[in-house]
Amino acid sequence: MLTLAHFLTLGAILFSIGVAGVFLNRKNIIILLMSIELLLLAVNMNFVAFSKFLGNMDGQVYVFFILTVAAAEAAIGLAILVVLFRNRQTINVEDIEELKG
Amino acid sequence: MSFSELQLALPEIFIATMACVVLVADLFVSEQRRGLTHSLAVLALAFAGIITLRMMMPAGESLTAFSETFIRDRFGDVLKLFSYIILIAVFVYAKHFLRAAGLFKGEFYSLSLFALLGVMIMVSAASMLTLYLGLELLALSSYALVALNRDSALGSEAAMKFFILGSLASGILLYGMSLIYGATGTLELSAVSAALKGAATDNLMLAFGLAFLVVGIAFKLGAVPFHMWLPDVYQGAPVAVTLLISSLPKLGYLALAIRLLEDGMSGLHTDWQAMLVVLAALSMILGNVVAIAQSNIKRMLAYSTISHVGFILMGVLAASAAGYAAAMFYTIVYAMMSAGAFAVVILLSSNGIEAENIDDFKGLAKRSPWYALMMLMIMFSLAGIPVFVGFFAKWQVIAAAVEAGFTGLAILAVVTAVIGAFYYLRIVKLMYFDDPERTEPVTAPVDFRAVLSLNGLAMLGLGLFSGGLISLCISAFS
Repeated sequence: MLTLAHFLTLGAILFSIGVAGVFLNRKNIIILLMSIELLLLAVNMNFVAFSKFLGNMDGQVYVFFILTVAAAEAAIGLAILVVLFRNRQTINVEDIEELKG
Repeated sequence: MSFSELQLALPEIFIATMACVVLVADLFVSEQRRGLTHSLAVLALAFAGIITLRMMMPAGESLTAFSETFIRDRFGDVLKLFSYIILIAVFVYAKHFLRAAGLFKGEFYSLSLFALLGVMIMVSAASMLTLYLGLELLALSSYALVALNRDSALGSEAAMKFFILGSLASGILLYGMSLIYGATGTLELSAVSAALKGAATDNLMLAFGLAFLVVGIAFKLGAVPFHMWLPDVYQGAPVAVTLLISSLPKLGYLALAIRLLEDGMSGLHTDWQAMLVVLAALSMILGNVVAIAQSNIKRMLAYSTISHVGFILMGVLAASAAGYAAAMFYTIVYAMMSAGAFAVVILLSSNGIEAENIDDFKGLAKRSPWYALMMLMIMFSLAGIPVFVGFFAKWQVIAAAVEAGFTGLAILAVVTAVIGAFYYLRIVKLMYFDDPERTEPVTAPVDFRAVLSLNGLAMLGLGLFSGGLISLCISAFS
């Protein structure tokens, strides 16, 4: 039988993978964008699980809003990525280091 | 949903409509007459100000709408009024730079109005859902704004960094919200607060949730150790956009902190006070010390922002009405000072080339005594020199912290403020005691000069007559 703890653990694992992806990834910016999506999906997992086990619909409504915002966020992220690639001809994380000080 | 509920959200509805109108109207305006878009946006803000002023809530009263997700109270109304004022100033300053840099496009205005809408929604949020939606509207608009100059390699790099770390911050904040929702079973902030009254304080889920919330807020505000995006974004963005993101969003993030921590999590205030003490102390130390080493004015002002965020957090962590009022006063004053300082950077840039180096300020007093005087007042105010309004802002915040028993933090604040005074006064020294490297006179359109003069004089005027603004802020929390 699946309990709330199972879902929360899965959410926490997904969230950790997402955060680790943002900080450890030194290769490709697209992987950063994927990690950020993963963060939001981990949150969705939490909300749906809580909503189900608390018997309260608010959490599932919240998930719809997060999904919508995540779509808008991905659109803007990819647009910025295109601009960056046009200016730099690279999407390697290590090359993005002109701003320092 | 009834008509009276819609009426409560009239300023938001109006700004949303005008943002769309500006977006569409700009399509029918030719390149030479782009000034019309600017005028339309400024008029929209002035009109929104009139609407908000006419339906201002009396102190101590509040009304909720839309199934308790939206709240109208005096705190929100005052913050909204100042958001309009600051955005009008930003528009006037930005126009001069955008024209010269060939970036004078309608998108700047509609994106800024959407960012304002995000701030307004955050300021009036009564539920974690509205808070998140306002935050994202503000964040998504600002990511796009930072990339406004599509051909700038630095601009797109800054936008990418801003996007990654901003989205990470939103993700962390959301994770915290989901845990709070799980622990209390509600998204409404007042219901969260009620549920926490009887809850055991050693609840692990609540403790984790609160920690994630505080980290998210710190990321958004740019508090140390979550500040790394801030100097890069300030430096990489076109200065007109830096001007915007250094002033307007701070009002929204203050509301985010106060709505979440005071309206929602006040039952756990001892826990979040302890976290904020660390953030505030580190921000004040690192911000003020690292700013000294900067030779780029935008980076210097970015580190100065970090140190001011420390002061704002110090007001919030006092967790008293006086502390919140002091933090609010500080934020409003800081937004004005920051807008004024970046306006002078715009003034010094010529033909769209930004005057990024602090050496560009050399001999400004000889080239233009009046603007040097305005910059002097803004710098004195940022440094917190008495008579200027920045001093009273610091005074209020420190007094609130001492009253709440954080004497050590208050002493640290005074010491770091003294260290910080060094790099503000260095600008004054460059302006008044060095010889100019360039000799051409400083020119600007008449509206720019008028608003900048008002902005500079306000530093002195609000300082001499600070009582009005302070009592307005106190009335927001009575």
